[in-house]
Amino acid sequence: LAVILAILLIPILGALLAAAAGRASPSAARWISLVALAAGFGLCLVAWAGHRARLWTPGAAWMLELDAAWIPALGIRFHLAMDGLSLLLVLLTFVLGIAAVLVSWHEIHQRVALFHLALLSVLAGIVAVFLAMDLFLFYFAWELMLVPMYFLIAIWGHENRRYAAIKFFIFTQASGLLMLVAILALAFVRYRQTGAFSFDYRDLVGTRMDGNAGLWIMLGFLAAFAVKLPVVPLHTWLPDAHTEAPTAGSVVLAGLLLKTGGYGILRFVLPMFPEAAARIAGLMMLLAVIGILYGAFMAFAQTDLKRLVAYTSVSHMGFVLLGAFAHDDLAFRGAVVQMLAHGLSTGALFAVAGMVQMRLHTRDLARMGGLWATAPLMGGLTVAFVMSSVGLPGLGDFLGEFLVLLGTYRTSIGFAVSAALGMIAAIVYGLKVVQRAFHGPNVLGLHMHDLLPLESGVLLVMLAVLFGIGLRPSPVIEALQRAIPSDPSSTIAQAPGARARKSNRISDTVDHGLSPLAGPTASHAGYEPGETP
Amino acid sequence: VNLFDARASVPLLILGGTTVVVMLAIVVRRSHALAAGLTVAGLLATLAGLAGLGLAASPRPITPLLTMDGFAVFGVGLLVLATLAIAMLSFQYMAGYDGWREEYYVLLLLATLGAAVLVASTHFASFFLGLEILSVSLYAMIAFFPRRRLSLEAGLKYLVLAAAAASFLLFGMALLYAATGTLRFEGIAEVWQVAPEPLILPGVVLMFVGIGFKLALVPFHMWTPDIYQGAPAPVAAYVATVSKGAILLLLVRFFHLAEPALGPTLRVLLGALAVASMLVGNLLALLQQNVKRILAYSSIAHLGYLLVAFQAQGPMAASAAAFFLTAYFVTMLGAFAVVTLLSTPTHEAEMIADYRGLFWRHPGLAGTFTLMLLSLAGIPLTAGFMGKLWVLAAGTFAASWVPVIVLVAASSVGLYYYLRIIVAMYAPATDQLNPARGDVGARIALGALTIVLVWFGVYPGKLLAAVGIAMASLWR
Repeated sequence: LAVILAILLIPILGALLAAAAGRASPSAARWISLVALAAGFGLCLVAWAGHRARLWTPGAAWMLELDAAWIPALGIRFHLAMDGLSLLLVLLTFVLGIAAVLVSWHEIHQRVALFHLALLSVLAGIVAVFLAMDLFLFYFAWELMLVPMYFLIAIWGHENRRYAAIKFFIFTQASGLLMLVAILALAFVRYRQTGAFSFDYRDLVGTRMDGNAGLWIMLGFLAAFAVKLPVVPLHTWLPDAHTEAPTAGSVVLAGLLLKTGGYGILRFVLPMFPEAAARIAGLMMLLAVIGILYGAFMAFAQTDLKRLVAYTSVSHMGFVLLGAFAHDDLAFRGAVVQMLAHGLSTGALFAVAGMVQMRLHTRDLARMGGLWATAPLMGGLTVAFVMSSVGLPGLGDFLGEFLVLLGTYRTSIGFAVSAALGMIAAIVYGLKVVQRAFHGPNVLGLHMHDLLPLESGVLLVMLAVLFGIGLRPSPVIEALQRAIPSDPSSTIAQAPGARARKSNRISDTVDHGLSPLAGPTASHAGYEPGETP
Repeated sequence: VNLFDARASVPLLILGGTTVVVMLAIVVRRSHALAAGLTVAGLLATLAGLAGLGLAASPRPITPLLTMDGFAVFGVGLLVLATLAIAMLSFQYMAGYDGWREEYYVLLLLATLGAAVLVASTHFASFFLGLEILSVSLYAMIAFFPRRRLSLEAGLKYLVLAAAAASFLLFGMALLYAATGTLRFEGIAEVWQVAPEPLILPGVVLMFVGIGFKLALVPFHMWTPDIYQGAPAPVAAYVATVSKGAILLLLVRFFHLAEPALGPTLRVLLGALAVASMLVGNLLALLQQNVKRILAYSSIAHLGYLLVAFQAQGPMAASAAAFFLTAYFVTMLGAFAVVTLLSTPTHEAEMIADYRGLFWRHPGLAGTFTLMLLSLAGIPLTAGFMGKLWVLAAGTFAASWVPVIVLVAASSVGLYYYLRIIVAMYAPATDQLNPARGDVGARIALGALTIVLVWFGVYPGKLLAAVGIAMASLWR
């Protein structure tokens, strides 16, 4: 279908047009980028509205699909497809992309055309990652999104940008190459069994592997995703890259690039290697809990505002990892919701940090204080995003973390309890940000102007979406219906005989008194989850 | 056997004939433009001759020494195309030299003739002849600016070391002759199948010392950075591509013919050389400040990557090696083309500092160099990525896990020094930048290399098919 190609091509065309037009006028580059991303967003919404039923109708095709030959010698195809999981993450990409363009509006004044070329190329790469259903194409997009990101950090970043950019690139490239070897090995295993080359997701997912081969190949995939997510101890690139990147770069890094790691685990690792994933599930959940607590602890210890927010990402992405390996449908939904909500709330916090830095020329919390009096609107919105980030009910993050914990509790009480401690630690660092920056005495006599209309507009929209996810999650949950691995017609392809997952239907939880959260979904006319065979 | 196949020998005859014509033209009238023009015309005529034979050509022996088959057509074509690019790049660079410049083109053609003989040879005599024609021309090309101390030193160093390597090679060949009584490549396998002669293995190992030197594999790599630094930029490009490529293509043929005898032993030997080259090349490059030296170590590492595919053996491995070699040619030529455009015979743009802020002054040139460096690093959209993919595929298919994992680790290390050059190019500009020059020919060459780089990186199907056909002629 041409629509899916258009969704991918629009940001690419936008990037080229912005680069061409930006030479004459910087604001043309900004407007073109904005229009292109808005068009992509609109196109996704139209597609969603048009093919909504496919998201829960058993046996229906992908929501959108495009399949064309690319390198026939190895059976590599240009295969793009969209299901509920891809849809939500692509929508998030466009939303945060628009936010990134808008927060750069007043910040980036040098080499504007080139900046928007790089920014939109990253976004195009991320969209391609979420849509690729050929593993080779997936790797291609995976590597390709790094290059413009590298330039975003290395050219427009802060003081220590070159170090951060090179470290980021080497970490992701090294782990990416391991994934490439794993993809090739998987394709060859299948070649030996069937005599034909294919890198298609559906073809490879049923590949039989004896125990250790499967484990090693899975570890190759996991290396790439664990660096991106990040999983402690592979996270050390993250604080540097996030801190040194320009605001838009931080928003894209935290909001989107980390999500590609989570997406990879949910889409590829778990379905393709069910047995191997089960073997290491305990270890991964342990690492997840360590990441949650360590990230929170490190966040509390920071004095650099952006670095602090960066470490909260380590903590929050721990919940995604926990949810992914909890082997439970509720936790799976929770992990996806957490990815969306974290993208918005942390993206917004990075935007705030960028706005503060643009005004005060420092990110050092020790040099701030009492900013509420001089910028009350910024203070108020910051509190709102901090509250979302630490898991206040009613906002998006809470729903994600709650579902993850609930699902994990069924698998392992110990992990669930210790992960829940992370939510308490989050309140401590969250309050620290608000107190140090906005409350207390303004000892240095800082004065800064409050949010500009453009800035407050961006933040208010992001807040509204967070409230939307938190209060009425049914569209999100509904869109994920066929992406749930235990669903019999799941678009997350399953190896034969690997459907042993605990099928916790939303309707079960309704009976347990969670109807305000899940009610609208369960009563949807289109499907009744309890009826599926 | 037809002793002299006229049609099959057309490309080699044209190449040799052009060398003589250019030499005579210099005697009649010393003109830089004339010499360069005749060279380009001769190379184009050679390509036309090759096209007449076609990649699917069945093996046609030219005397017992040489065979023109699809593989040779592909190999000679690749080498001639590379020479063509170098000739086009050299013109404006050489124009800046105030001595006699026309002989450079004679040497260039002569070296290419030697390289072409290597690719087509099936016999130790032609192997050695081709190698010496190539090497002797290179001595003079490297030391072409006798008043520049580094250039002269590099030429002398290459002369001494190449002579030593050649003697190892000869000794190895002598042992093989003693064991088999024949100088044909197939002879080794034929004798081995009857009775495994104990002298064969030492002979082959000694030969590998000579070959390892030419390919600059670790531990025979010491000369490489000095020669790349000292040689004129276009000559360094020639050493990195045509000279190494010819030996490697010869090795593909030799290997294919001698494989029944030596398969397992050579696999271990090549695997070890590959691992050492990848690690040492990338690690030593980290310490360099000089772009030409970085490219030298990078080429050591790249030959290591190539051997990963090569040691896997079989048609797929040979195809992967040929594909990688083509991608490597395009990338290295492109990288050296940028260096050449920024250099003059009196001042080479070789320090990283010379590239500071290049992007803000010459965005096109810096963008091209970025693409070439990303290709060397193996990032998608470039031919270098597809090449590395094929090498990894061949290595994975053969389950040679140690070389494959070392490749992954080494190329991650290697990223660092490529990124250092890229970072410098996008840093704020300084004043002390050489003006980029470049006549039409150089720009056409660089533009073509860039287009080919992206084309093979995005849609490699055509090249894969061509390589597949050419390799199939070996296995027929």
